[in-house]
Amino acid sequence: MADRLDMKRRGLFGAVAAGATAIAATGATTKGARAAESAPPPAAPPSAAVKAAEAQPLAPREMALVGKSCSDFMVDVMKSLPVDYITTMPGSTFRGLHESIINYGNNKSPELLTCLHEEVAVGMGHGYAKVAGKPLAALVHGVVGVQHASMAIYNAWADRVPVIVMIGNTLALEERRPGVEWTHSAQDNAALIRDFTKWDDMPVSLPHFAESTVRAWRIAMTPPYAPTAIVVDGALAENPVHDEPAAIPRLARLSAPVGDPAALTEAAKLLADAQSPVIMVDCAVRTAAGMADLVAIAEVLGAPVIDKGGRMNFPSRHPLNGTQRAGALLRGADVVIGIEVADLYGAVNNYRDVIHRDATPMMKPGSKLISLSAADLLIKANLQDFQRYQPVDLAISGDGEASLPLLLDALRRGVGRSDAREARAKALADAARQAHDRSRQAATYGWDATPISVARLCMEVYAQVRDDDWALTTGQGFQSNWPSRLWDFTKPYQHIGDSGGYGVGYSPVSSAGAALAHRDAGGRVPVAIIGDGELMCAPTALWTLAHHRIPLLMVVHNNRAYHQEVMHVERMAARHGRPTARATIGTVMTDPNIDFAKLAASMGVWSIGPIEDPAALGPALKQAVAMVKSGHPALVDVVSQAR
Amino acid sequence: MKHRTPWLALLVAAICAPALARADAAPGEPGRGFTAFVELGCSGCHGTVGQGGPGLRLAPQPISAQAIAIYIRNPTGVMPPFTSAELSDATIIDIQAYLASVKPPPKLADIPLLN
Repeated sequence: MADRLDMKRRGLFGAVAAGATAIAATGATTKGARAAESAPPPAAPPSAAVKAAEAQPLAPREMALVGKSCSDFMVDVMKSLPVDYITTMPGSTFRGLHESIINYGNNKSPELLTCLHEEVAVGMGHGYAKVAGKPLAALVHGVVGVQHASMAIYNAWADRVPVIVMIGNTLALEERRPGVEWTHSAQDNAALIRDFTKWDDMPVSLPHFAESTVRAWRIAMTPPYAPTAIVVDGALAENPVHDEPAAIPRLARLSAPVGDPAALTEAAKLLADAQSPVIMVDCAVRTAAGMADLVAIAEVLGAPVIDKGGRMNFPSRHPLNGTQRAGALLRGADVVIGIEVADLYGAVNNYRDVIHRDATPMMKPGSKLISLSAADLLIKANLQDFQRYQPVDLAISGDGEASLPLLLDALRRGVGRSDAREARAKALADAARQAHDRSRQAATYGWDATPISVARLCMEVYAQVRDDDWALTTGQGFQSNWPSRLWDFTKPYQHIGDSGGYGVGYSPVSSAGAALAHRDAGGRVPVAIIGDGELMCAPTALWTLAHHRIPLLMVVHNNRAYHQEVMHVERMAARHGRPTARATIGTVMTDPNIDFAKLAASMGVWSIGPIEDPAALGPALKQAVAMVKSGHPALVDVVSQAR
Repeated sequence: MKHRTPWLALLVAAICAPALARADAAPGEPGRGFTAFVELGCSGCHGTVGQGGPGLRLAPQPISAQAIAIYIRNPTGVMPPFTSAELSDATIIDIQAYLASVKPPPKLADIPLLN
């Protein structure tokens, strides 16, 4: 059978080759007269050498594969894991696995999603995991694809988010085609990203692939989460399975590392005895249960919660949400617990970016600082994303969310009813209400301005989705945190924080992945407010959204500048006594202005804009939301104030 | 220490910005002020109508040109300082005039999206 199939293929190729030879010969002999030719000449009969070659038996290594391939087994392994999607930009180093996914695996669980850049492939995994609570796999080309993907991998690393990165490679030199395949092969492909992945391996056999892939999933999904990588050897993948398939290890049910109960009890006592305790959170909550625990802790203590916004940790309108009064609360606190705060030093010190840099502690002398975090369980030396060392009085190593129930139990055991605590909670609720009113008042300034104020942009968006099951898929720092200040966030999936690594380009790609997870959850209206600079770093995410029918409302906060960099250059010019007016050189995106609506339309995304009139924004957004609810992505380009 | 900075700044202003303190100083021109406000990058942080952003809200009802000069020559935060070579007293007067020309925003109660 194998011989017959292979001979058929050779026959077809032989005919094509003969035709090609004839055409080439024609071209060589009829220069300048080709247009007058009406039919090609008959093919030349095979030579004696060709006849002899056709009669030879095929060498085993030239036979077409008809049985199960190793890449089929690799798909079996992936199907054994809760991995619903595999994102990829195609590359020859993993062509065998690619074909097995779509044909042998019937392109289901995992389903292959087409991306036009590896940064999109991995970045989608970043946003997806934060909503779905599980990783997808991103399949990237050897060497070049890894380098394209590296920015998104670093963001996921810094944000402690699981993504399974699978890298094509060809290890054995005799298996590499001359030329390009050498430049896309490496003796250690994962070395390119090892500084910002949690673990990697390069399996050289099927049992090895099975164990390491299951291990990669487990390590990525054990807090602190992080990307892991598996290098897929192309030669191994393309080989037939000769023996009985290897066993696929069973995936264990995972539990997160929890803080020392004695230390959590001590923390609870410090907090309960405090006059002005403060809870500060950043990337603490992943689930509704975690949020419920955090709310209960705050209510038992009567303590304010400062939400740094790495995740949606605490309801934005809860009476104990003290985020908008963070400075005053920290200055008055006698005990502060920071739970999964990525930059604790920056959170409790006023650091000024001036010529003689200085930092002033925000907390008063004698106050106590407690940290509860899994950060120390995963730290590497080279890249400095671990932030400056902040001395604390009690450092509890453990996953924040997993440790909350123990902290809550300890508080419930040690905290009785207290009039003072109830009075404190009432005062905090009054202050939170006043802070909210101040934000509403602040939003009125510039309400009718052109370019459109960012506060108005955010509130026009909210007005269109507030009655739906909405979710914001982007960070808010560049929008002056207007959503957190004015929208009513109540569920963890309604806000998933920002990039973690501050790698520009995160918003469109991560939002595409988050929107995918929201689509699967059903009935949600995901919203992304994306900076113009962010979108231009990875605009091809638009095509992936359109191609795979992933609904997402994208609102471009188009201030036509890398505004933060404008400010940096202005500051340097002023420091050097030189003109600040030239700070726009190299930092703005004008002349020509980018037409984001046309950009989106070119990739099949419904779009409208640029919107410059504030009164036109609401109707434009209404149309866009209707498109999203019909199952498609939509983009609204809004010419906006800087922040 | 915390309370001494404004007095120092006032002293500096009195020395460095006499034109701003003179009663006969030429009135500012809002159009020129707006141009300077945008071209010098003020609007990047404070908003094109002074509504605030990373920087403080400046309008409507701005502080006096002299008070602006006091801070702008010797800022205490992360805002860059502007010398008189970069930003003249006359331009500060223009900017103040522009900020003073900004109309008050709609009343909070009149904006349905904020209620």
